[in-house]
Amino acid sequence: MADNQQMMCGSCGSSGLCGGKGLVTLKEGAWTNNPLAIQVLGICSALAVTNRLANSLVMGAALIFVCVGSNLIVSLLRKYTPHRIRMVAEVAIIATFVILFDQFLKAFYVEMSDQLGPYVGLIITNCIVMGRAEAFALQNPPMLSIVDGLANGLGYAVALAIIGFFRELLGTGEILGHEVLKEAWYTPNQLMILAPGAFFALGMVIAAFNAVKGPEAEEKK
Amino acid sequence: MSDTSAWVIFIAAIFTNNILLTNFLGMCSFIACSGQIKTSLGLGTAVTFVMVMTTMLNYVIYHFVLVPYGLGHLQFIVFIAVIAAFVQLVEMFVERFSPKLYFALGIFLPLITVNCAILGASLFMIIREYTFVQSVGFGLGAGIGWAVAILMLAGLRQKMRYSHVPKAFEGVPIAMIVTGVLAMAFMGFAGMVSIQ
Repeated sequence: MADNQQMMCGSCGSSGLCGGKGLVTLKEGAWTNNPLAIQVLGICSALAVTNRLANSLVMGAALIFVCVGSNLIVSLLRKYTPHRIRMVAEVAIIATFVILFDQFLKAFYVEMSDQLGPYVGLIITNCIVMGRAEAFALQNPPMLSIVDGLANGLGYAVALAIIGFFRELLGTGEILGHEVLKEAWYTPNQLMILAPGAFFALGMVIAAFNAVKGPEAEEKK
Repeated sequence: MSDTSAWVIFIAAIFTNNILLTNFLGMCSFIACSGQIKTSLGLGTAVTFVMVMTTMLNYVIYHFVLVPYGLGHLQFIVFIAVIAAFVQLVEMFVERFSPKLYFALGIFLPLITVNCAILGASLFMIIREYTFVQSVGFGLGAGIGWAVAILMLAGLRQKMRYSHVPKAFEGVPIAMIVTGVLAMAFMGFAGMVSIQ
């Protein structure tokens, strides 16, 4: 994580476009304003694909890709997009990247594509991507928008991975298909990989975020 | 899938395969707009209506335009455009002919474009290879199922205002936990009918 931040900031500083705001933007997106846990956006896919850690990771990667790509293009076109049709333009750009990712999955990872089913397509209606394009990329230069897309995608991917990790571990006793909790003393709790487990897990993760961030937020007040 | 009757799909979409409680679609507005029973009822009605109409439209477009020309991979962008255009059209139509309905429903319509349950219903319809009649049954059932779920949560949240919730769980987390319990209750229907 630390390496990653340094690298990002280096690339920002050299291009001189983001004025040293890279690190702040990265932290905003990934932690202070985590799209999933704090803003509670895009929970549909967060719930649906997290029954396995592998699915969660792929979904996280998809979101990072789409977020970075659409933020970049929206930002590049921000001076040429008439204000009134910006929504349609954003949706078209996002959908393009989603289709790219979907075709990639279908071509190289058919099994994964089948498992994720319609949820790859549903990234289009994922409020995070749209929200970042609308709230950030429209006002900021391309480099900074990429960082923002990356940060939000990362924040989302990490939260997904946490939920996926616990659901797979508790639900099947496995991590990425490898047995971790021995069947002899741990009875897998099937509920965790079924629908209710998803709701419980997400509720717990958001509550945990609140509990950690609660004191911080109060100090600021 | 082609031999399942539309009626079975309709019932299954409400109970055993509730689009919200088992497929997690439409969660954003589900959490955001479930504070009041009245609001949820308006939103639920609007979602049901738009869902039935857009599944029908998308079915026709997919099978008579996209497939014959080999453009299946464009389905996402076409579906979302159809949904957005349809919602816009309905909004203008309702505003012109029934101002009363517009005030009851109008504010919810723009929200529906970004409701993933609508797009999800269309995508499920394609993946499960429904016929036209089955698609209508599925769209209607999914819409009603979504409305039922949001109404239940709204009712529970209204009651919950009088209870003491641990501080970290206030707001969204407790709503998630409650939804989890609801989903568990709906699992009780599981043996009734089944669609994949």
